Amino acid sequence: MKVAMTVNGQEATADVEPRTLLVHFLRETLGLTGTHWGCDTSNCGVCVVLMDGEPVKSCTVLAAMASGHDVTTVEGMERDGQLDPVQQGFMECHGLQCGFCTSGMMLTARALLDRNPDPTDDEIREAISGQICRCTGYATIVRSVRWAAAHPAQQEAAAT
Amino acid sequence: MQIPAEFSYERATSIDHALELLKSHGPETLLLAGGHSLLPMMKLRLARPECLIDINDLHELDFISSDGDRLRIGALTRHRALAESEEVARHFPIITDAERVIADPVVRNRGTIGGSLCQADPAEDLSTVCGTLRAEVVIRGPDGERTIPMVELHRGPYETTVAHGEILTEIRLPIRPGAGSAYEKVERRVGDWAIAAAGAAVWLDDGRIADAGVGLTAVGLDRGTATRAEEALRGRAPGDDVFAEAARLAAEDCDPVSDQRGPADYKRHLAGELVTRALRRATARALGQESTT
Ligand SMILES: Cc1cc2nc3c(=O)[nH]c(=O)nc-3n(C[C@H](O)[C@H](O)[C@H](O)COP(=O)(O)OP(=O)(O)OC[C@H]3O[C@@H](n4cnc5c(N)ncnc54)[C@H](O)[C@@H]3O)c2cc1C
Ligand code: FES
Ligand code: FES
Repeated sequence: MKVAMTVNGQEATADVEPRTLLVHFLRETLGLTGTHWGCDTSNCGVCVVLMDGEPVKSCTVLAAMASGHDVTTVEGMERDGQLDPVQQGFMECHGLQCGFCTSGMMLTARALLDRNPDPTDDEIREAISGQICRCTGYATIVRSVRWAAAHPAQQEAAAT
Repeated sequence: MQIPAEFSYERATSIDHALELLKSHGPETLLLAGGHSLLPMMKLRLARPECLIDINDLHELDFISSDGDRLRIGALTRHRALAESEEVARHFPIITDAERVIADPVVRNRGTIGGSLCQADPAEDLSTVCGTLRAEVVIRGPDGERTIPMVELHRGPYETTVAHGEILTEIRLPIRPGAGSAYEKVERRVGDWAIAAAGAAVWLDDGRIADAGVGLTAVGLDRGTATRAEEALRGRAPGDDVFAEAARLAAEDCDPVSDQRGPADYKRHLAGELVTRALRRATARALGQESTT
């Protein structure tokens, strides 16, 4: 069947089997391997992408269900050669070690900051509670998101 | 790699269209809402539909509205919307309690109340909540609409009375005076299914419990409703002795099994304890002694 969606601002169309999961469509059909694929059981959150601005686990969404929708992956976070403040925060505050969970964590953080530009540590922890990190112990992830929230570009975006 | 077996895919554009699609496809056709129960089951071949009808475009089924006597919730309402609704929190804090502990925020962005109730998993929290609140569910089929009490929706684990060709469209919750409600769940880790959970609702009148709802999740209670506990509460003045008696009856009537979430005797103990806690909180809320947020 034919699917057509916007991925990182660009039209993506392809012929896929109805059973194709969004995670495999992104990784294999479009070659966007920044979205990771882990537990395959909706538990770990490494496959998180944004669909219409909200985080979803792409191992549990069919590509067919995403057809007609707007999908953002980690590859789409950078704007005009400028890393998203969230990405900068993860670099500055050691928000990652192996990087396996990182794209999902950053996208969830982006969606959180879009709704709530100044989240508390508890709100950050709640937002990422469906995603597992085996390396950092989460403390540096929370710090990274706080860093991004305090970033001038983020505060400007929040003010407009 | 877990991939579902082959199926064909249709996307419904309206309830009537979904009904037509159900009619024109064989009995091995299933509706696809959030997909967060169905797709994992299909990956494991625990479900093997030949056709899926995606109902995610049926925005007409995505609503929360009150008409004075009852709160109406569309079947496609996501967990997230229920968790964030002030109207829901005001009338039925038990739903807000439950939504805070159902799965995780990302899963809650997709999962729907209709999918939860139709999945009929014995560990599904919203089934207990809706039973406790004496909900009615509206089911639409080719011959029109029928309304049944929540307790008649489930035939058994993973089995409902929604027939092939029918759609659950709406959940109706009666709004009654003197109400308070609460949900208490114990899980192994954040986002997990319940080891055990209890829901309680009380409707107070003149210092007495005019009516009560008591439900249990994941502990093998028939229809999820503790009828004897409810009876023991009716007409009594609320208090710890009365709650303890109700909790004892509820724990006696459930039939938990030992599994990786814990041994049966532990779950039975939890069932009683959680009923007591839920009744205490529900009563405090009915009396305005606890804020509902
Ligand atoms: C990691 C994880 C953890 C979870 N933890 C919990 C938890 O702690 N507590 C809890 O209660 N739930 C939990 N869930 C389940 C979650 O709440 C699901 O979203 C929910 O059970 C199903 O909703 P859905 O919209 O995804 O349904 P789907 O998966 O789309 O559908 C489920 C079933 O219902 C049928 N169906 C759907 N909508 C309708 C309708 N309108 N009419 C008739 N039939 C319909 C489908 O055909 C299918 O058989 C968890 C899920 C995951 C993935
Ligand atoms: S791969 Fe999707 S949640 Fe783990
Ligand atoms: S950085 Fe390794 S899993 Fe999170």
